[in-house]
Amino acid sequence: MTPAISVTGLTRRYRGQLTLDRVSVDIEAGSVTGLLGRNGAGKTTLMRIIAGQEFASGGSVRVLGASPAENDRILRRMVFVREDQAYPDFKVGDALRAASWFYPGWSGELAGSLLADFALPRNRAIKKLSRGMRSALGIVIGLAARAEVTMLDEPYAGLDAVARQVFYDRLLADYAEHPRTVLLSTHQVDEAAGLLERVVVMDRGRIVLDAPADDLRGAATRVSGPVLAVEEFTAGHPVWDRRRMGSQETAVIAGPLGEADRAPARTGRLTLEPLSLQELVAHAAGPPAPYAQKKVGA
Amino acid sequence: MNKLKVSQVREMAGLDEGIPLFVQVAERLAAEIADGGLAEGERVPSTNELAAYYRINPATAAKGINVLTEEELLEKRRGIGMFVAAGARQRLLEQRRRRFAERYIEPMVTEASRLGIAADELAELIREVGHVRESATT
Repeated sequence: MTPAISVTGLTRRYRGQLTLDRVSVDIEAGSVTGLLGRNGAGKTTLMRIIAGQEFASGGSVRVLGASPAENDRILRRMVFVREDQAYPDFKVGDALRAASWFYPGWSGELAGSLLADFALPRNRAIKKLSRGMRSALGIVIGLAARAEVTMLDEPYAGLDAVARQVFYDRLLADYAEHPRTVLLSTHQVDEAAGLLERVVVMDRGRIVLDAPADDLRGAATRVSGPVLAVEEFTAGHPVWDRRRMGSQETAVIAGPLGEADRAPARTGRLTLEPLSLQELVAHAAGPPAPYAQKKVGA
Repeated sequence: MNKLKVSQVREMAGLDEGIPLFVQVAERLAAEIADGGLAEGERVPSTNELAAYYRINPATAAKGINVLTEEELLEKRRGIGMFVAAGARQRLLEQRRRRFAERYIEPMVTEASRLGIAADELAELIREVGHVRESATT
């Protein structure tokens, strides 16, 4: 299948620092992909370049088979919602009207029902909206555009857990009826985990993990119990992390465990628990970057 | 990945939560069929219904349904949806019985010996729980 988004060897230099370092990734059409990683990892820069809002220093981006840069035909088939989306001096209704002119797949009906879901008044000036309501407006536009490529960059800053749940439910419902390619960057990894078919993790301008979400469930296991039993159990497995307290030890081992691997745990007073997606992502992204490097992508 | 047998699915699901979501979907549906909540010949929820209910991707829900279809526990009726196949419940119950000792008795006996509960004491406990159940239902 032709990917909806194809990124090859993408590099972006900013003030002498590499914010994107030879990034290559294909995003399959009709799928939901999570773009994960710490702040400053390069997620926003990558999405901005895919959206044609920023230029690469090297490499190439193809969206729906063409370069998105200054390509109106492609840009109308793609929506990009940012955390810090700037709007002109508009009311909510004006922003929706402008979006309805731009996006050929726009659904006024969906926009209307989403406004009601988030209790967003049409005649309120956007600059008077709270942070959460501003995020909600971005979500309304991002979903109602029904764009073939839908990119949502931390779309729910300021939204509470209930409103985020509304977002997930409405995204799923509309996605089921109108499939599209969704790229979602989020810090709420476990909350969004069920939606994601694929997970791409970035760290310091590079892609450090790219895998189907299902493969990551059970990809690492936390083993805890008496030190000796844990040591014995983990021997021969790659160990990511190990900590001790008195006679107890907890270790994180990588790789899926088979039935035979697990058998000793039943009798050995060991507790086995799979790492959540959030924890896996944290491991994949490695230790925190020094502050100076972290600032670069922000 | 799609070629998992429901027996394997159950085995995995009995162990922990670290299993693929589509396997969990298959497992839940299989449990509903085995418990009679979904009768033979009844329509099972569509992938979109499952996706909305579990808050998962529709593709994941579809994969879960595929596991059961490949085991011929579900059958497709063109244009209408997926239905519980004839004999599905019986086959699932047989699988469950086969796995009963491994899933329930073994861990129970292990824990009992850890706690110093002797075999006849354990048997007595099981009988007591049985009595409580019976008197609760009558």
